[in-house]
Amino acid sequence: MSTIKQLHINGEKRTVAADSERSLLHVLREDLGMTGSKYGCGEGQCGACTVLINGQQTRSCITAVGDVAGKQITTIEGLEHNGHLHPLQEAFLETGAMQCGYCTAGMIMSGVALLNKNNNPTQQDIVTSMQGNVCRCGTYTRIMAAVQQAGKQMQKGVK
Amino acid sequence: MPKKMKITVVENGFDKEVEIEVPDEAGSWPKPDTMRVVNKREPRMDGFAKVTGHAKYALDVRPPGMLWAKMLRAPYGKARLKSIDTDAASKIEGFKAITGDPKAGREFSFAGEPVCAVAATSEEAADDALHALNAQWEALPAVTTLEKALSDVKNGDAGKNILGDPQKRETGNADAALQGAGTKVEGRYQTSTVHHVCLEPHGQTIAPGTGADSKKLTVWATTQGIQGIHEQFVSTSKLKASDVEVICEYMGGGFGSKFSIGPEGRFAWELSQQTGAPIKLLCDRKGEFQSQGNRPGYIADIRAAATPDGKITAIDVDNYGANSGGCAMPYVYKFDTSRTQQREVRLNAGAPTAFRAPGHPEASFMTEAVVDDLAYKVGLDPLEFRRKHFANDKKRMRQMAAGAQAIGWEQKFQKQPGSMPGAKKRGVGMAVHAWGGGGGPSTPITCKIHPDGSVEALSGTQDLGTGTRTVIAMIVAEELGLKPTDITVEIGHRSYGNAGGSGGSTTCASVSPAAFMAGLQARLALFNAVAPALSAKPDELELRDGTIAVKGNPARNLTWKQATAKLGMNPISSVGQWVPGLSSSGVAGCGFAEVEVDVETGKVHVVRYVAVQDSGLVINPTTWESQILGGVIQGLGYATLEERHLDPRDAGFLNANLLDYKVPMSKEIPEIIVINDPEPERGVIGVGEPPIISPGGAIANAVYNATGVRMRHLPITPDKFLMAMREQKGVA
Repeated sequence: MSTIKQLHINGEKRTVAADSERSLLHVLREDLGMTGSKYGCGEGQCGACTVLINGQQTRSCITAVGDVAGKQITTIEGLEHNGHLHPLQEAFLETGAMQCGYCTAGMIMSGVALLNKNNNPTQQDIVTSMQGNVCRCGTYTRIMAAVQQAGKQMQKGVK
Repeated sequence: MPKKMKITVVENGFDKEVEIEVPDEAGSWPKPDTMRVVNKREPRMDGFAKVTGHAKYALDVRPPGMLWAKMLRAPYGKARLKSIDTDAASKIEGFKAITGDPKAGREFSFAGEPVCAVAATSEEAADDALHALNAQWEALPAVTTLEKALSDVKNGDAGKNILGDPQKRETGNADAALQGAGTKVEGRYQTSTVHHVCLEPHGQTIAPGTGADSKKLTVWATTQGIQGIHEQFVSTSKLKASDVEVICEYMGGGFGSKFSIGPEGRFAWELSQQTGAPIKLLCDRKGEFQSQGNRPGYIADIRAAATPDGKITAIDVDNYGANSGGCAMPYVYKFDTSRTQQREVRLNAGAPTAFRAPGHPEASFMTEAVVDDLAYKVGLDPLEFRRKHFANDKKRMRQMAAGAQAIGWEQKFQKQPGSMPGAKKRGVGMAVHAWGGGGGPSTPITCKIHPDGSVEALSGTQDLGTGTRTVIAMIVAEELGLKPTDITVEIGHRSYGNAGGSGGSTTCASVSPAAFMAGLQARLALFNAVAPALSAKPDELELRDGTIAVKGNPARNLTWKQATAKLGMNPISSVGQWVPGLSSSGVAGCGFAEVEVDVETGKVHVVRYVAVQDSGLVINPTTWESQILGGVIQGLGYATLEERHLDPRDAGFLNANLLDYKVPMSKEIPEIIVINDPEPERGVIGVGEPPIISPGGAIANAVYNATGVRMRHLPITPDKFLMAMREQKGVA
């Protein structure tokens, strides 16, 4: 078992000392205090822990930290810059796309992964891309509307 | 002139009636069109914290020196612990303590029952310690599934204690009515045990105080009832109530399951006592399914009859519940005669807890399927059949008309069920429901106006995600002539005041009147304080365009900041109590579903759903609508996807994960049309629970209309549909 000493998170180099087999989610939450990514199932089935690894949506609870050393990790904490929100975060606020909020970070990260590849997604693209994310409060209708709305903003060049 | 009003307050746990003096305006809400903020769409106050990941949930807290705790659970429905190696566990690096009673020979009565808990310096070390315990188990004969238990009882193979005492209720002579002439239906109706699946699992982070505070305790809980959790930790710890703080600023779903500290809370306390350290103990997803409650399944043998012109004359229900003594059978409809017998079947399975409208979706599905069958048998359109039944109920008639129009009943109703050509068949169905949702005097709210103009509203209540913060801010803002964002709402701490549990859809109807009174009293106190500066009497003042002005002379005014500056060293702090007249109880609603069923694959696709709901005065239509959408979607899961599977051999829980226990996700979401049936004059009524009730019945009835196959067993999964089609139509 090797020890991972550095991670690239949200554009910064972060020093850690984590066994390479530990889950990325656990290292983010426990070692770095970045608790925006949530534990929901620990099995990659609910999406609450979703982060981006080199832009790809990834379930951090089943990702070994050793597999992502040297890659670009983006978490929910990395979307906001000095109070300036990502268009998808803004769209979630405008459409009221949340209730308890526990799935929200994972939903937004899944949506951002899609929009970064395709800022003009069809309803079907959104449904397919968000399918692995559970919102038990049942806010899906607004979440899908928020992704569509954010795409329109991004097409206009809003970052 | 102030008037006297009797209100009930809770004192030492008992209701007590006291008389208070309230301003004349206190008896009712202003008309919605005269309100600036209330009844308008307002963004959520908690939105920014949630979209940025800043919102701190109970399990996000990490007090210094915290240990991780994990629970060992029994693997079978009835299990005997043969051996366990606590010494080996204690040798694991990082191990700190073990609690519970892990003795060989102990027996456990459901799969997932907590046995003991270990604490260690990391989650991984706690896992290692659990493995090192090397628990060895023996599976004992168990009562496994409802079907098997009932057939064992019938065959005389079952033990004595499987069945609970029957609860009987009888109106008129149902037997005689059923033997008489008329149209009859008879069948076995069944619902499955389903789970809350709160995305945030149950658990707590707790921290004992240190040094001079060593007799204190802070608990970060994920709960629907902060005050109840406080009482339970006080009772468990024997600490002074004033020395225990419970915090729940955000929580990730409860749906009825988060009122108790559970074994996880007691173990956490014991481990913190042994180690002197803060403890985090949360359920993993498997344990969450196994031990954190459910909506129990039922098997009911039902007979019912109607006259040829469509009057329901009798129902006879023989209902058996999975660890449950019964549900709300028969539901809503008035039967001239009825006989209901309900009995608990004691399975070796996790116990039920309250789950969003307990007893209602299950009873609604069974009753609605029976009513639908009767309608088709007497040859009436099921909507017309229900219109006859509810002919004298103006509200139901109005709601059914609105729902039928929105779903397009007239165009989409299949006069010959199942006659649509092709494999994919469409049809429509409906159901009706009822709920309480009233408020009470459990949750006072404190409104503070500071001399610098800032305003706080404090309450010990919790926000399950329904938008309680936003509701409080809107009402206080309305009363003070401010914007909701001008109000800082602080909730989620026991020390902020008493608060009733968020169950029974009571929070909004309890909190809103208290917020109204807190804001109103604070405004009157401010008028008192500034009247001399405006050379007027307090009752000559009014809020006008963001100022406090003399009535009829708006030029004589103070801006909000000028006014509050007059408070000098005396900020206002007013406690608002719930008063009658601003909330009420009792709602009706109905649901209409349009489905497409692929009769080759058995897949049921809900295309469209119309939810019609009354709930008095809606404070924030945005969060109100969210509740309806969420209820419908959970009801859709109940109708088509979700069921607990227990191993018929040993009652092990076979699908305690989100791959094998399917909840609705993006692909399953239909177009949902929400129709408000407003009655603002009734004041605020809770709406969290009613929308989950109708989908089961409405969807099953739509499946019949589409295919001519009567589904008597939820959820309607492809296998169940194909089996029922073969049985009822004789085709494979």
